[in-house]
Amino acid sequence: MSKYFSTYPKEYDVIVVGAGHAGSEASLAAARMGFDVLTLTVNLDHVAFMPCNPSLGGPGKSHIVREIDALGGEMAINMDETMTQIRMLNTSKGPAVHGLRGQSDKVKYHQRMKSVLENQENLDLKQAIVEDLEVESGEVKGVITKTGILYKGKKVILTTGTFLKGRIIIGEAKFNSGPNQQYPANKLSNALKKLGFNLLRFKTGTPPRVNGRSIDFSSLEEQSGEEGLSFSFLSDSLKGEQDSCWLTYSNEETHEIIRENEDRTPLFSGEIDGVGPRYCPSIEDKVIRFPDKERHQFFLEPEGRGTQEFYISGFSTSLPLDVQIEMVRTLDGMENVEIMRPGYAIEYDCVASGQFDLTLETRLVDGLYTAGQLNGTSGYEEAAGQGLMASINAVRSLQNKEPIILKRSESYIGVLIDELVTKEPREPYRMMTSRAEHRLLLRQDNADQRLTPLGREIGLVDDERWNHYQNKVEQINELREYLKDTRITPTKEIRETLEELSSGNLNQPASLEKILRRPAIEYSDLKRLVDNLPEYPAEITEQIEIAVKYEGYIERQLKQVKQFDKLENKLLPEDLDYQELDNLRQEAREKLNKVKPRSVGQASRIAGVSPADIQVLMIYLEKNKKSREKASHEGENQNVK
Amino acid sequence: MKISPAGNTCWVFNLRLSNSINRGDKMDYNMDVTIAAISTPPGCAGIGKIRISGEEAIEIADKVFYSSSTESLKEVDSHTIHYGFIKDKKGKDIDEVLALVLKAPKSFTAEDTVEFDCHGGSLPLQGVLDAVLSAGARLAEPGEFSKRAFMNGRIDLTQAEGIMDLINSQTEKGRELAVQHLKGGLSDHIKGIREKLMTILAGMEASIDFPEDEVPGFNSDQVGNKISQVIDTLDELIKSSKTGQIFTEGVETVIVGKPNVGKSSLLNYLLKENRAIVTEIPGTTRDIISELVNLGGIPLRITDTAGIRETSDQVEKIGVERTISSLQTADLVLLMLDVSQGISPGDYKIYQEVKDKPIIILVNKTDLSEEIDRKKIEGDFPEGRIIYTSIQTGAGLKELEDAIKEEIMAGDVKGGYDQIITRIRHRNLLEEAKSSLELVIEGNEMNVPPDLLSVDLKDALLSLGKITGETVTDNLIDQIFQDFCIGK
Repeated sequence: MSKYFSTYPKEYDVIVVGAGHAGSEASLAAARMGFDVLTLTVNLDHVAFMPCNPSLGGPGKSHIVREIDALGGEMAINMDETMTQIRMLNTSKGPAVHGLRGQSDKVKYHQRMKSVLENQENLDLKQAIVEDLEVESGEVKGVITKTGILYKGKKVILTTGTFLKGRIIIGEAKFNSGPNQQYPANKLSNALKKLGFNLLRFKTGTPPRVNGRSIDFSSLEEQSGEEGLSFSFLSDSLKGEQDSCWLTYSNEETHEIIRENEDRTPLFSGEIDGVGPRYCPSIEDKVIRFPDKERHQFFLEPEGRGTQEFYISGFSTSLPLDVQIEMVRTLDGMENVEIMRPGYAIEYDCVASGQFDLTLETRLVDGLYTAGQLNGTSGYEEAAGQGLMASINAVRSLQNKEPIILKRSESYIGVLIDELVTKEPREPYRMMTSRAEHRLLLRQDNADQRLTPLGREIGLVDDERWNHYQNKVEQINELREYLKDTRITPTKEIRETLEELSSGNLNQPASLEKILRRPAIEYSDLKRLVDNLPEYPAEITEQIEIAVKYEGYIERQLKQVKQFDKLENKLLPEDLDYQELDNLRQEAREKLNKVKPRSVGQASRIAGVSPADIQVLMIYLEKNKKSREKASHEGENQNVK
Repeated sequence: MKISPAGNTCWVFNLRLSNSINRGDKMDYNMDVTIAAISTPPGCAGIGKIRISGEEAIEIADKVFYSSSTESLKEVDSHTIHYGFIKDKKGKDIDEVLALVLKAPKSFTAEDTVEFDCHGGSLPLQGVLDAVLSAGARLAEPGEFSKRAFMNGRIDLTQAEGIMDLINSQTEKGRELAVQHLKGGLSDHIKGIREKLMTILAGMEASIDFPEDEVPGFNSDQVGNKISQVIDTLDELIKSSKTGQIFTEGVETVIVGKPNVGKSSLLNYLLKENRAIVTEIPGTTRDIISELVNLGGIPLRITDTAGIRETSDQVEKIGVERTISSLQTADLVLLMLDVSQGISPGDYKIYQEVKDKPIIILVNKTDLSEEIDRKKIEGDFPEGRIIYTSIQTGAGLKELEDAIKEEIMAGDVKGGYDQIITRIRHRNLLEEAKSSLELVIEGNEMNVPPDLLSVDLKDALLSLGKITGETVTDNLIDQIFQDFCIGK
């Protein structure tokens, strides 16, 4: 039953199927660790393409981008090199939930990433449609392309995004298609099913793109970028002029059009059976679910510098094109707007959770990994994080080393993968800061301190990044010491200065650290209290301010982590058959057998596993420990005889 | 590594008895052993029940049960009832019974269980039990069925604790509270509080994760108010723990006074009139004998401070010091004076030390000639409630009992709580939750942003969850062992 006509002469260590955001990171990571990588993509002109928002980041998501960067990934640098605007969101809140948001130039983002892949040693980038997997006795051996070539590889990472049986819906118009009307991958989906994979149908949507020349910006609120920011720990902040985004609103007229055409929405007619994300509802969803809301807000985002296309963020729709045109023209400033590409919903197959473990290797086929939207996530950032980790673990396996499983208490990527494996997402999964129980420690500003040493150990952090990191840590320690050791006495002058800074009184001598703890005081204010305050870069003083000002909260969170990690470290036997634990409720047995949790902590997060079930599990572990101890004790006794 | 299923493993839970008590025989807590006991209250009822639980329950039951209609209990379906007879080793009939067969996990203990409904009366019941025991079952310890239910995940932590309290309860009221906890009343109450906090948390989170969507922002005043309300609820529960403690552990009551003032007579009177449930409980910290007296539903743990001799001033001084130190932990002090003898400096010293506690001045021996002016007593002991008694004649004793009840109920101890906390573990966790919430309030007043406030709010949720077991902690096992190590 040969499905190929020839075998490519070179055998690869890792084959990556797909070159989107997950595929790009996966390809680069393995190649950079010194392994031979083949990357196959449906269309070379869509490497690292952004089929939805022309932007990266936001709370939770930007945390992931920074973590990828801290581990030696490419996404943040690629963004810094090509973006047109950057801002920090949530600045009115605490440092843990500050999130970078950048506007990208889609074409440039793609071009640069493609060029990085092309120029990467050990990496071959090719255009090909993968239709089947070569699997022998449960182990992956390679991939077979539409053109009938078998590429042999020891590990295969699937990062097929929304391509599997992709189907686009625009009102009554429906057709098989990948995102942005690319070629869908139907046969690969069937191949996975044949291997025994359970595939789910997910749905996502995108808004129409309009011609900026037809927008009346004069009536719209402008949102411009900010100075001094970048995604990568290594980049300088974005220089030069930044592009703006614009705010527009819907009104009663818009909502009326939607209500009139409700019967033409594929979701209401039952045409779409895929599950869409609640946090990213279409405009028709918003209007129908919240009938009392008088207006909804949208952002007009430029798709890049070489184009007039604007993306209407928040206006995702799968209504027929004629309705889309009518609707869009009711928005402020858009009376005469021309749609260039219609909004659409896209349905696609993804791998239901429980079929891959925390290393992202599938349980069915050894050496086969899945990452990105294929695993049920949404978002470029979530995809890239998984691509990176799948690749790291594929390589670790080739190296016969322990897998790298990031803890929930150390990274958002750890939270992400844990939840994909544990929680059976029923809709495309998006990262949010509230998903991380130890948010205060997982800040985007300290991602390097959390992960760069690990990245170095893995072999992804090069000397440049490592030196930069070490230098930063050194400076942080140095400054902290200085602030602890430097004391000021409450002279008249100092008291007056503090008063001016509206920071109360000082009766006793105090260290600068103690002064900095006061809410109104920033590091730069200390200049007025001591001579020769040392100058440090903002990234250093920021770390100090956070550490000092939030010390009490940070300490309490550290305590929570300590307690939390105890359960994470209680490991469960990998081959435990939960059906045989009679005292577990049936639902719990099924769920535990499906998820095969690594630890008691992970087991406790499975929906359908109650605290009582965990109690049973822990007692079982205790029993087992005792019986093992007893067995070994008896063994000793026998030896004595 | 392949782990064999529970059934095949041979393991032993050695639940250690409490450190101080050594019963000599080590209790066998191997959960693989099948246990049996009479599980209806003693007395002459119409029927009595023998429960057998464990892996061999059905096999053991089958050995002693025979029936003309049922071939073998091993062959029957779960949840079926069978008519037959129990025979002893010699094949002689002991009783006519109904056998109820419940297969694991659908039984109270989640183990295979057989219940024999026998004729009431202690002889047939004991006979059936003996037959079952000689067929291979072990006599269950008090509460052991419940322990297995808990170990097997059938009931949650507070319910298990309720069962332990029930087994240990000294009074009707204590028993009532235990049953309430057992039924999940406390769990539900705590879960309700947790839900309130979660709603507050969810509101705080939405504005954090969707800064660009038009989610209503964080309303600091509203959050402050809501948290304060929860703190009030927690306070109420914490306050109730004093009452709970008294109902479950008893009121530490100390009788003090000179030798021969009538302390022993008073104790004997109280013991005689009020059925003591337990006698001679060794004190845990002091080697003083205390007696438990049930006074109208309130358990009094009475310590008699006999032993103070007045042979010389020096000795009395030491005696008084020792008595005073034993008074430190007292909830109620009964200071006895001898109306025929007068008041000694020791009496005044003791009074000075304890006058802030609930104290009753018992002026005894009113049947003898009164050497003390009643007005002087009232003037000298203004904080005490003064009762004139003659234990000899019984005068004033009823009044004394009422006074004791009133003194206890007037303080921290009162009724009217929706829920009463009986366990120190619960109270400590409630205190922890309360301090976390106080940190939220404090931070909120200082305009600390919501993502930071959530750190403490989550701590409060974690503490509350530990009460019910919803927060799974690594020391759950320790907790289980601790709770089941009471030696009952």
